[in-house]
Amino acid sequence: MTKISVSNLWKEYPGQIVLERVNLDLHEKSFCSIVGASGCGKSTFLRILLGQESQTRGLITIDSEPLPADPGPDRGIVFQRYSVFPHLTSTENVAFGLEAERAPFLGRLFGSARKAALEEARDYLSAVGLDHAADKYPAELSGGMQQRLAIAQALVKKPKVLLLDEPFGALDPGIRADMHALITKLWDENDMTVFMVTHDLEEGFKLGTRLLVFDKVRIDPDEPGAYGATITYNLPLENKNNNELKDIQNLDLKKKD
Amino acid sequence: MRNRRLINRHPSRASAVWLAALPFLLVAAVYLIGSDMRLDANPNDKLLPSLSKIGDTIHRLAFTPDKRSGAYLFWVDTGASLLRLGAGMLIATLGGLAIGIAAGLIPYARATLSPFIAVLSMIPPLAVLPILFIVFGLGEGAKVVLIVFGVMPFFMRDMQLWVQSLPGEQLIKAQTLGASSWHVALRVVLPQTMPRLLDSMRLSLGPAWLFLIAAEAIASTEGLGYRIFLVRRYMSMDVILPYVMWITLLAFVMDFVLSWISRKAFPWSKLGGH
Repeated sequence: MTKISVSNLWKEYPGQIVLERVNLDLHEKSFCSIVGASGCGKSTFLRILLGQESQTRGLITIDSEPLPADPGPDRGIVFQRYSVFPHLTSTENVAFGLEAERAPFLGRLFGSARKAALEEARDYLSAVGLDHAADKYPAELSGGMQQRLAIAQALVKKPKVLLLDEPFGALDPGIRADMHALITKLWDENDMTVFMVTHDLEEGFKLGTRLLVFDKVRIDPDEPGAYGATITYNLPLENKNNNELKDIQNLDLKKKD
Repeated sequence: MRNRRLINRHPSRASAVWLAALPFLLVAAVYLIGSDMRLDANPNDKLLPSLSKIGDTIHRLAFTPDKRSGAYLFWVDTGASLLRLGAGMLIATLGGLAIGIAAGLIPYARATLSPFIAVLSMIPPLAVLPILFIVFGLGEGAKVVLIVFGVMPFFMRDMQLWVQSLPGEQLIKAQTLGASSWHVALRVVLPQTMPRLLDSMRLSLGPAWLFLIAAEAIASTEGLGYRIFLVRRYMSMDVILPYVMWITLLAFVMDFVLSWISRKAFPWSKLGGH
């Protein structure tokens, strides 16, 4: 089980504090939905977890180890767009992670080793329902299929943490429902903690086992950058009748846009 | 077809072919009429030689050995020029690709190289040609280096900009899949620069020919550019014209081959997307 702990995390840019006093402890296998108004730092938080940006202060540990400074194979990512490689077929896209690991010099396998990696990649493709598109290039896939591919690509590394940055934001509602079923199934089957940033409160409720709401507690009307956002609600979602949850459901996240 | 705006009217396939041929036919007709008129007035006129005269000259240069050297001058010239052009383009392309990728992908390389490349690309290559002749002598070196000097900065800048325009998400994603910087360069960036590199080569062919002919005109003993400038003294339009057409044809074929390779070798690049 992956333990994740965030203690007193701050992120500052010159003249602006984005995050302040963020604390979080996850001991159980979680699917954390991260919601909040635009510009409240939820994406920044995800980028820090990813290693794309570094915090100004504070400590993040995964299984008691400090978070590495760079993005790495223990933390998978699915962005809203552009997370797949356009010059590789679906199978090659998924096999990329295996090749990087097994061929340190060229990052590319040949002969039977390559065949084995492609074979393995196909298993992941079928896990996300892309068997029929194994030899297609991403540009030949629909938006939903590209996101399935991006997920399969990440799963191949068996990450401890899977980060989803508005992964379904660009998809049609029907496709989105399919993707919800898929990601829930994959989370059930794999031992990983998921962090999903979403604009869609309903989606966050539906998928998550835990809801993290980012918001600013203090606001200086003369200087909007003076205070940062923090986690204002950190709630388990198993009991969906919780009173606090009802409060949040009534929150209008969009009013601060 | 009635009352459609001009910008919405499209020629049919057959008429498109005719329209494309029209300017060529016009130029040919103007030449032939002009040539006829001048030769009528003065049969020894050299400015607009007749087709048969040009044909004779091509036959003499390309299919009969030269009286003094015994060589087939046309092919010797072609071989020499293509070798210089090929060597120059090869060095410029590979060098520009390597430096461009480094400057596009690695912040330290970018900080070091970017300003230097920007200044380098502003130096007019022909202005440094005398320096090249002094440093590299009058042999092949100076001519190849002029081509490299002339087109490599473009490759470097174009590749750098292209690499920087790749979505950052891809580079991050590759890292989360366990890729090192070297893997990212080799497997994510390099293959994606290939179609762009071929396009840049097509665009660079014009300047490359320009620098080649300039270098050959000044100091050479064979080559297409050398021959043109040699026979200029005798006003031998019957040599110059077919040589110019031959150079144009060669450039056209190279352009066609590069675009064909790009289509065949990188099918993903024509699918849309990035």
